[in-house]
Amino acid sequence: MEYKNYPETHEIELQLNGTSQKLTISPWTTLLDALREYFQLTGTKKGCDHGQCGACTVLVDGKAINSCLSLAMMQQGKKITTVEGLAQGENLHPVQQAFIEHDAFQCGYCTPGQICSTVGLLNMKKGNTPEEIRDLMSGNICRCGAYANIFKAVEEMVQKEVSGTP
Amino acid sequence: MNNFSLTQVDSAEEAVKTARLSTENNRYIAGGTNLIDLMKYRVENPDHLLDINRLNFSEISSLPDNGLRLGATVTNADTAYHQEVQKNYPLLAKAILSGASTQLRNMATDGGNLMQRTRCYYFYDTATPCNKREPGSGCSALEGFNRIHAILGASEKCIATHPSDMCVALAALDATVQVTGESGSRSIPILEFHRLPGDHPEKDTNLEPGELITAIDLPEKGFSQHFEYLKVRDRPSYAFALVSVAAALEIDGSTIKDIRVSLGGVAHKPWRLPEVEQQFIDQQATPQTFEAFAEKLIAGAKGYGDNDFKIKLAKKSIVRALLTALEK
Amino acid sequence: MKVLNNITGVATTRVDGRKKVTGTAPYTAEFNPANLVHGYIVNSTISTGTITKIDTTKALDVAGVREVFTHENAPLSVKINADYSDPMAPPGSPFRPLYNDQILYNGQPIAMVVADTFETARYAAGLIEVAYNTSGKSTTNIKDNLDRAFTDDDLPDPPKPRGNAKKAYQESEIKIEAAYLQPREYHNPMEPFATVAQWDADEERFLIYDKIQGVASSQGYIAGIFNMEKEKVRVLSEFVGGGFGSGLRPQYQLFFAAMAAKVLNLPVKVVMTRKQMFSFGHRPACFQEFKLSTDKNGKLTSIQHKAYGETSQFEKYTETIVDWSGLMYACENVELNYKLVPLDVYTPNDMRAPGGTTGMYGLECAMDELAVKAGIDPLELRLINYAEKDQNEGKPFSSKELKACYSRAAEKFGWKNRKAEPRSHKEGHTLIGYGMATGVWEALQQKASAKAIFTAEGHLTVSAATADIGTGTYTVMAQIAAETVGLPLEHVTFKLGDSTLPKSPIEGGSWTVSSVGSAVKMVCVSLREKIYARAQETHPELFAESMIEDARFEKGELSIRDGRAVSFMEILNADERKSIETSVNSEPAENRDNYSCYTHSCVMVEVHVDEDLGMIRVPRVVNAIAGGKIINPKTAESQILGGVTWGIGMAIEEEGMMDDREGRIMNANLAEYHMPINADVQEIDVIFVEEKDEIVNPLGAKGLGEIGMVGTAAAIANAVYNATGKRIRELPITLDKLL
Repeated sequence: MEYKNYPETHEIELQLNGTSQKLTISPWTTLLDALREYFQLTGTKKGCDHGQCGACTVLVDGKAINSCLSLAMMQQGKKITTVEGLAQGENLHPVQQAFIEHDAFQCGYCTPGQICSTVGLLNMKKGNTPEEIRDLMSGNICRCGAYANIFKAVEEMVQKEVSGTP
Repeated sequence: MNNFSLTQVDSAEEAVKTARLSTENNRYIAGGTNLIDLMKYRVENPDHLLDINRLNFSEISSLPDNGLRLGATVTNADTAYHQEVQKNYPLLAKAILSGASTQLRNMATDGGNLMQRTRCYYFYDTATPCNKREPGSGCSALEGFNRIHAILGASEKCIATHPSDMCVALAALDATVQVTGESGSRSIPILEFHRLPGDHPEKDTNLEPGELITAIDLPEKGFSQHFEYLKVRDRPSYAFALVSVAAALEIDGSTIKDIRVSLGGVAHKPWRLPEVEQQFIDQQATPQTFEAFAEKLIAGAKGYGDNDFKIKLAKKSIVRALLTALEK
Repeated sequence: MKVLNNITGVATTRVDGRKKVTGTAPYTAEFNPANLVHGYIVNSTISTGTITKIDTTKALDVAGVREVFTHENAPLSVKINADYSDPMAPPGSPFRPLYNDQILYNGQPIAMVVADTFETARYAAGLIEVAYNTSGKSTTNIKDNLDRAFTDDDLPDPPKPRGNAKKAYQESEIKIEAAYLQPREYHNPMEPFATVAQWDADEERFLIYDKIQGVASSQGYIAGIFNMEKEKVRVLSEFVGGGFGSGLRPQYQLFFAAMAAKVLNLPVKVVMTRKQMFSFGHRPACFQEFKLSTDKNGKLTSIQHKAYGETSQFEKYTETIVDWSGLMYACENVELNYKLVPLDVYTPNDMRAPGGTTGMYGLECAMDELAVKAGIDPLELRLINYAEKDQNEGKPFSSKELKACYSRAAEKFGWKNRKAEPRSHKEGHTLIGYGMATGVWEALQQKASAKAIFTAEGHLTVSAATADIGTGTYTVMAQIAAETVGLPLEHVTFKLGDSTLPKSPIEGGSWTVSSVGSAVKMVCVSLREKIYARAQETHPELFAESMIEDARFEKGELSIRDGRAVSFMEILNADERKSIETSVNSEPAENRDNYSCYTHSCVMVEVHVDEDLGMIRVPRVVNAIAGGKIINPKTAESQILGGVTWGIGMAIEEEGMMDDREGRIMNANLAEYHMPINADVQEIDVIFVEEKDEIVNPLGAKGLGEIGMVGTAAAIANAVYNATGKRIRELPITLDKLL
């Protein structure tokens, strides 16, 4: 394998939580690392860095994706929403509030990903059976084992027909 | 992760041209879910990535012969939830939705799904010999952990399996893969798209270097009445198949008019034997018939120790999937 | 003196909940001081041997790389007179990263690249070329190496034998013999281990953000390695993304970050990859053998329990595995043995319910086998042999409402509907089975300190150097403080995760509420006394003649018997002294030694097994717990839900797959190391039975972090037997074992 000394860099522009942000990075920077290390948006978590845990889940054009498997350069022009972009000022997004009420987390590390996945699920208008909720939420591992309460929070949101977006 | 450059290409011609001009160490990237994963493990070390997301392959459209064309960069999620797919190809929808996670399905593309690489532990670990990753280095799985490995069509060079669910359904549905390359465009029947390992396990598919998948075509016949995708795995979601079965039946009364069964998790490619299927047309759809079918489909199956159980499991899974399809 | 504020015992949402749901709770890797550089660690690919060459030329050639650390250039200062032990180190010689060219286990950290960006460091790490001289003698399989098992003075003795178990076993007509094997399990908290280390060269001090379950652990470790006074090492760990025991001991990224920060005089961040999360302590593989016998009435006549646990070649890690067998059931003839098998692996580490979940898995499966043999209902067998006292120690229990657990669980679960005959309950292709097990865990209390500062603005800050690894420490401590002082919860803040705060035990062993909670209560009682004393000076007209015993502290006011009241703020603002501060050191009460203190549970599960395909689902679990007073039913329930979920993982999914040829773990990722996911968990009912305990600690609370897991795996294994008639004695019970 040939090694190269100097990675090429590009100036990119990302639509992050409603604002346009510029950044000069190399192709090897994932969206996750861009958020955490370059934009200090550390709400999005790195759990496995391989798409196997869901801690890095963000919304791209309203859909939940693993930001760890996405190169930042390839996300230009898309609407990216992280957990920091869900609340309206002091008002929490209903999903955030539901997670608090149902104690749907313990250590809190998987929580931003779980919440983004829930918002994505609401956007898809899915989760009409308990089995479907559990299956669609299975891309987010919670090692603390808060699944029973995560399920309750998501189910309440589905039943109340809460709107997901942004 | 390797140091690489990345360009976005605007046309298939440009993509193919760029790919051809460079070394074979280039890769197309669309969803990236498997490629980036492998690059982080240093299993894949491309010098250059060609982002094909801007290409005009992101639509699902009807074909003149009443079939359906899935653009190569349509996501797995958009495919599975597409109205036409749900209605006419529910087997495909079910297979896709049984794979990966919501997030991965939202990223992964249909073309990329075909290009998924094996989950063999040794392929993923650059510290161990693996003929697929490093031709000639040996196969660590033969005498190592091979619980998730192939029982059919393997070679002494490689006993890896193809990990896709979607491809198993595509195989049952007789899909066609449309590709374009430096010598023009061509259609590859799905059963000829993936390879058995033989002496060259480093080659997963029969694509020529630089060839680009543009679409997957589904024929009109979708078996929307009698179908089943059965996935047997260690965890009820977000786990790869130990054995999976895409089963499709066309039934007249209790007579089999058409039968398609393809298996996942058992071979280097989706395992389907049309010649066996032919033998069962016009037979009665009974558990005994399905058992006989299963025996023939996995005839010659061989275990490597940890995966011996798959032989029995595959048989039972085939019968179960066919009975479920029949009862639908 | 009366406290009327009902704050403890009431389901309370987490005080840190808002931070966690908005992504503003800062975890270790999220601190980015100016001029931060990033470390990326390289691990060995052989298990035993030596490094013959390590070529870092190409890595150093990459733009942005600051340094590559290997055993060849690690500073001498961390080799000479350095003490690598940490407060939780077992007997032996702790692993010393970069100490020499020796490889002790596969996955050993052998180098670290430091670069300006994470990506550069990761890239350059891939350019390091390592040549080894492998010994070719990797020994990592416990079952194949039982002949190497040993015991010595470093190992705690299991309880002494009582009666004559061998003889009683021989003479009994109803008896079973069974052996159980369980694999290595890996903690895998969602937050990877991470350290951000800053060195102050002028002051010769460290400021370290570390993922750890107790800042004292990291502080002691670093002070020992760098030969410094502890006070010169400040460790912060305010939010911990899960621990489960993995953070009881500092992990190697701490060494690397601190060493590099000092050498380079730059802040260094080192975050482990998920793969590296499989390269240190884990739940040890364990092999257990049981012989149990009863008389014809189901009365146990003998218990023999022998356990083999794995350890590394350099430390002797032990767990309490066999003691439970002498504790749980009334039996006059008991013989317990425990041995270690040294293997070429990293030293195992405590992992949720260490020892307890292992020993009770074996014991409770063996009891189930005995119940079948004796033709007695498994629950009935436990009741027949119910232990009214701790026979290992000859002591009474401080409290033991286990019978209530049995009856409440049985009632809720519908145990009476269980069909004793295996395979007799079937719906379609689904075999349905019921299983049960008993759970037990020590109710420990450690020494702890706490400090309280009550300001003239009316805000109370209580602090201790404990941790909140998701357990709810922030919330529960604030509840105890608010209730004790008589303040609304919003007026109380609890601070933790800072080594400058009052000393506290590491968060583990389910002892935080018991230990730190007792200190918090004590410091708040002390604060109350000081408020009262101040009030006697500032408001003599009210308090000069009264007694504190007659006073009420509630809703931010101090009142006396006739109903007259004055607010705390008025008292504090009455003169220039303003705020009140107080500190305490608490320790277990002496009379505690006269009792055995344990948390108990009964877990009942229903499993569904596909008769052809072997896939197991766990649709229903009931877990009834006797855990003393429940301070926060909401977070308490979450602890049990988590424990049960872990039990599901242990029973049917989790297995570290070590390729014994080179001692290498082959499923070091979250795709192939299966941990429970949302779809694994369906209905879980948690019942807390009423249990009063005035001995265990001043709170009467016993701790719940581990108990939810103990017994769950056994109950599932027993239910699988009931469903299928197959007794699988090797975890996890994957579908291939049922075909």
